[in-house]
Amino acid sequence: MMGELNKKQNEWDTKGLRDPVKTLEDKWKLVPSFLQVKGLVKQHIDSFNYFINVEIKKIVQANEKVFCESDPLFYIKYLNAYVGTPDLEEGFNITKPTTPHECRLRDITYSAPITVDIEYIRGNQRVIKNKQLIGRMPLMLRSSNCVLTNKSDFELAQLNECPHDPGGYFIIRGQEKVILIQEQLSRNRMIVDEFKGAVQCQVTSSTHEKKTRTNVILKHGKYVLRHNALSDDIPIAVAFKAMGICSDQEIMQLVGTDDNTIKKMAPCILDCHNLKIFTQNQALTYIGSKLKVKRYQGGNTKVRSPIDDARELLATTILAHVSVENYNFYVKAIYLAIMVKRVIEAETNKTAIDDPDYYGNKRLELAGSLLALMFEDLFKRFNWELKSIADKIIPKVKAAPFDVVKHMRPDLIANGLFTAISSGNWTIKRFKMERHGVTQVLSRLSYISALGMMTRVNSQFEKTRKVSGPRSLQASQWGMLCPSDTPEGEACGLVKNLALMTHITTECSEEPIAKLACNAGVEDVRLLGGEEINHPAVYIVFLNGNILGVSRQYKRLIKVFRMFRRRGLISAFVSIYPNHNQRTVYICSDGGRLCRPYIIVERGNTLVQQSHLNELNRGIRKFQDFLNDGLIEYLDVNEENDSHIATREVDIDPYVTTHLEIEPFTILGVCAGLVPYPHHNQSPRNTYQCAMGKQAMGTIGYNQKNRIDTLMYNLVYPQCPMVKSKTIELINFDKLPAGQNATVAVMSYSGYDIEDALILNKASIDRGYGRCLVYKSAKTTMKRYSNQTSDRILGPSRDAVTGKVIRTHDVLDSDGIAAPGEMVENRQVLINKQMPPATINPVTQGQPQQIEYKDVPVTYKGPVESYIEKVMVSSNSEDAFLIKILLRQTRVPEIGDKFSSRHGQKGVTGLIVQQEDMPFNDRGICPDMIMNPHGFPSRMTVGKTIELLAGKAGLLEGKFHYGTAFGGSKVQDVCKELEKHGYNYHGKDIFYSGLTGEPLEAYIYSGPVYYQKLKHMVQDKMHARARGPRAVLTRQPTEGRSRDGGLRLGEMERDCLIGYGASMLIMERLMLASDAFTADICGACGRLANRAWCHTCRSSAAVSSVEMPYACKLLFQELASMNIVPKLTLKKYS
Amino acid sequence: MPKFDEKPRVFLEEFRVKNAPEDYGLDDETWDFKKFVKKFKIVVVRMDNFEMEFDLIGIQPAFANAFRRLMLSEVPSMAIEKVMIKNNTSIIQDEVLAHRLGLIPLKADPRLFEYKSEEDTEGTEFNTLEFSLKVKCTNSKSQPKDSYRAEDLYENHSIYSSHMKWHPIGNQATVYKEADVGPVHKDILISKMRPGHEIDLQMIAVKGIGKDHAKFSPVATATYRLLPEVTLTREVCDSEATLLQSCFSPGVIGIDSKNRAYVKDARYDACSRNVYRYDTIKDSAILSRVRDHFIFNVESVGAIPPQIIFVEAVKILRDKCRSFLDELNKFS
Repeated sequence: MMGELNKKQNEWDTKGLRDPVKTLEDKWKLVPSFLQVKGLVKQHIDSFNYFINVEIKKIVQANEKVFCESDPLFYIKYLNAYVGTPDLEEGFNITKPTTPHECRLRDITYSAPITVDIEYIRGNQRVIKNKQLIGRMPLMLRSSNCVLTNKSDFELAQLNECPHDPGGYFIIRGQEKVILIQEQLSRNRMIVDEFKGAVQCQVTSSTHEKKTRTNVILKHGKYVLRHNALSDDIPIAVAFKAMGICSDQEIMQLVGTDDNTIKKMAPCILDCHNLKIFTQNQALTYIGSKLKVKRYQGGNTKVRSPIDDARELLATTILAHVSVENYNFYVKAIYLAIMVKRVIEAETNKTAIDDPDYYGNKRLELAGSLLALMFEDLFKRFNWELKSIADKIIPKVKAAPFDVVKHMRPDLIANGLFTAISSGNWTIKRFKMERHGVTQVLSRLSYISALGMMTRVNSQFEKTRKVSGPRSLQASQWGMLCPSDTPEGEACGLVKNLALMTHITTECSEEPIAKLACNAGVEDVRLLGGEEINHPAVYIVFLNGNILGVSRQYKRLIKVFRMFRRRGLISAFVSIYPNHNQRTVYICSDGGRLCRPYIIVERGNTLVQQSHLNELNRGIRKFQDFLNDGLIEYLDVNEENDSHIATREVDIDPYVTTHLEIEPFTILGVCAGLVPYPHHNQSPRNTYQCAMGKQAMGTIGYNQKNRIDTLMYNLVYPQCPMVKSKTIELINFDKLPAGQNATVAVMSYSGYDIEDALILNKASIDRGYGRCLVYKSAKTTMKRYSNQTSDRILGPSRDAVTGKVIRTHDVLDSDGIAAPGEMVENRQVLINKQMPPATINPVTQGQPQQIEYKDVPVTYKGPVESYIEKVMVSSNSEDAFLIKILLRQTRVPEIGDKFSSRHGQKGVTGLIVQQEDMPFNDRGICPDMIMNPHGFPSRMTVGKTIELLAGKAGLLEGKFHYGTAFGGSKVQDVCKELEKHGYNYHGKDIFYSGLTGEPLEAYIYSGPVYYQKLKHMVQDKMHARARGPRAVLTRQPTEGRSRDGGLRLGEMERDCLIGYGASMLIMERLMLASDAFTADICGACGRLANRAWCHTCRSSAAVSSVEMPYACKLLFQELASMNIVPKLTLKKYS
Repeated sequence: MPKFDEKPRVFLEEFRVKNAPEDYGLDDETWDFKKFVKKFKIVVVRMDNFEMEFDLIGIQPAFANAFRRLMLSEVPSMAIEKVMIKNNTSIIQDEVLAHRLGLIPLKADPRLFEYKSEEDTEGTEFNTLEFSLKVKCTNSKSQPKDSYRAEDLYENHSIYSSHMKWHPIGNQATVYKEADVGPVHKDILISKMRPGHEIDLQMIAVKGIGKDHAKFSPVATATYRLLPEVTLTREVCDSEATLLQSCFSPGVIGIDSKNRAYVKDARYDACSRNVYRYDTIKDSAILSRVRDHFIFNVESVGAIPPQIIFVEAVKILRDKCRSFLDELNKFS
């Protein structure tokens, strides 16, 4: 056998096919070229663009007519809908164009008007009105209607926008909001799964009107149809008969005529006979009797017979996505038959059960589709309101004819969309959908955290359930979702991130595809009988989950489709793939599929030639040209599974390989791409770094100095890492870095470095290492109230005696707002605002008396003083004065501040050492940081040791080394470079102790490692209290640092003390130091007495004072209020 | 094993630094002044205004290290300590600007100044230097049409250390020349600006020591290393010789006319120990360092020449010893 194979291979060789494939140089340059067109957040923007340019028109068209009941002639017809360019309403219908940054600063929503062209009846006339405002649409930054699109860097700078900002988010009332990508099971697809031991085939149908779920289940050896609208399961044969397939033979032909199927179907057919159902009407009557009783019959007064109801149900609700025309159920019956077939197949063959975690069965929902759902719901409500207004007003006799335009309020749609995005609650009434946490505030801690958020994928799966399936890494995630970037803990594996080259498809039109399929030999299923459909030589063709027809030459069909796609005659995102077990071909053109580009390989040759790449290098060729020329194509997860993809050129097998990976490092996402040499690390370390990279401070954008965020961390001297990766350059992390290259010596020092603690060099800190700026903002609005009063700001108050400005008002300028450049201390006033006492009731008429204003100052809180960076005075959308103050602190690293390298190795500063005490090497270099070598063996972060080597070599050579995943500078080459410059090959140098001056016995591994300063700093966490505030109700110390709370002696600590027997200490900690209270207790009745007087005994004779926790006294009183009398028995203490 | 002279050595083995077998460290020896004087030698190898290399031979590491430490942290120098900002409309933050100004090395002989104590609110001519910096960025008058370079478009778009102006207090003007006071380097970039930005501030420089803040350290670095030695144990020739040569810094190993390797001068060997990588020549060389031969390298920041820094360090050590002895004498 082997010999034969070899012989065969030799034969091939003579044809020259086995020659090694030449490697393509600079193949990776396709990645930046791809990102140029598609970008990291292009999926969001594409989806939103599709919504505002195409889908919104479709939605309006689908709901184009509004009628009213009181006047049959009245109607409103929407002719077209548009979303305009972003503007601001400045009152009196005056608008002015706006920019995103203005909206951020002024707490306004970045939105554009939604206008429609309408035709309607006013009086007896037909009127056409163009550009009627019906609402406002929040605009996604960098979408087609945003002012930032197609602007040069210079123009962006003029708009106060960072050119590296990815866009893809919204600005709602000044807050940046991201609509996270939502992952869910794909709609309109059959999914066979096992539920409680029973095999079932499930279809979630989703159309514009309805969203329903239909199941075919094996129940007691019979197949039944289950649906939410039916109170009981329907035997499958009955369902077929209701669909007009009345003869048993026909049913069997549809399902299949092999022995096994007949055997399995026989009981079902028999069942149907036992029920005495033979005709369609009988079947419909049966189904009609199983209908769930609707609680209320909407406005519909027409009463329909159960038969009609059942027919309607079958036509529109059950398997809603399979369209039924004129109650011809044939296609639906075939669909149902296929479902039954799947169940029968899965019963015996467990491999036929679909994997619900498989990514081919998943769809990602993006901002566009979510907003479309929301908009359609709001638009329907808007129309319903118009209708009810018309219903109400038209019958009334009025002077002027009823003009519906005057009743179109744009607030409904605008506010609906705004609140949905700002709260993240997606409530769609018509689908009974209620989702929370759809949107999140864009994290602007660092550039990476913002980027990372844009690629985040949220799973709809419940977080508390302990199942491993949906959380574990799925093989089909390869290249689509980052294998490293997921949070730890609760959401582990449920929240994911897109890989670098992933694209999410947007919907494209079905008609041309259906037409092409017909031309390629797909025969319409309606013309064929069951025998033909189930013929073994025939493949059934599905288009987006709907049966399109059958094909006798599926291979040709697939080939034709792929050829057309490569030629650009159909959309590049249409995918086609066969399923040989099911004998089907699937064509997909729906939105939300994950896909990614691959180089096409034909007969062992990559179509992309070196000449093409040279052209790319010279800038003549763009990524789109590669697509247009059919050199590269997009594959979605399903089609990927039908392809042979080589990772590298050497892996190409001329007889099977169809595609070649562009670059393997693109399987990682944005955050994991920062890690140098991630393929040398233990995998969880890369995951940890993905979480920590988002907490690293550095730069957040070129416009960071213009922003007024509630909290912003900046590094004073951020540096580009010595060891870069290609991803770093692609995402511009080298231009907006978050960290500094520290010279690290891996050695132990002083014992203050145990448990990952770091030793820092004081001189390095003095020279600016790890220095950061913390910006916080304070803001207030000056409201105007309904009673003609308004807030006011007064200048600084003066001491009555000395005439000096009082201390808390020291920083105030004469206008009552803190002056820029001033230093503010704890409890000083930033804005001296005052409020009128009554804001609702009108001020007593007559003379405008001097009203007593109430002080409501904005004060500064914090143990460390801040400086005023700047003050902004503006107005917000409610025309109220808006004052924002930006405060700044410069922080120098101190003991306890957290640092981390890019390998999931975090640590706090354990000691800051004088430079002279630091070890130094032959060249006089002393490290900025000392790291304990115990951090390495158990973590196995070999990547970090390589980073150190590569960084050191890079310093000597004066260049950046690359630590790109699955590539990068080789250790051997790097070490050679070290050797060349007279350094030790292994990167270990002779160090002298700074304390004794003698050489250290060990050679020290040292060099630069990129370290990130994380946002956790002692200054924000330090807390202690001796005395302080107490809670009102329980009189116990308050909780938490922000309320100057006490430190809790918890249950476990208490247990320790009990075990130790330190009863007095417990008494002190739990009562005396907390809520000790002297209660008066009546010894006679045992109840609480009031001021030494027992109300029950009407005496004070037996009252004595007892010390107890206030909480105890409170409990007694609470019990008493519930008619339970707690009594204390007092005894003399002897 | 070749015979070594009495010099104490450490051997650079493949995986560790090891003392000679009978060497128990120099600290064990009893201090003998006569012996010390006989052995001790200072050789200045290289010296200019900024950098100096010299050898300290025959001295305990404790002393050598003490001098190194003192030069880093206790030899005083002048640096800007207080910055009074009148106006700063540039994008650089006040604190960051002040920090950057502090790190500028100043030309001023710290020996001529006194320490300013915490209580002194006003600086005197004996303990402070005053500088000011007042720069305003404007659009350039000659706006070239074809240029987008900042230097063509704007005036004063970069602030350099040369913009700092010295304001003599008291009779400082008579004592010091204008050229003697000010930043060492004229081209240190402090900040960049754009039209409309303005910086107006006053700076006060005082005397301080590196222990307090690195900016007061008079040296960029002061360090030493032990004299390397390479001893060949056997004859190495031909290709092995060139290989051996490549394992050391250039000039350490020479190859004679018979293609034999010999040790030329090991002084400037980087001690990379790369010989140990090659099994064939691993055994041919013994790497060691002389334990009492310190090659010092002092890089001055520019305010005072390196030789003076070293002498100052010695003086500080002397004073410390004196005060220690005085303290001890109080008890006896």
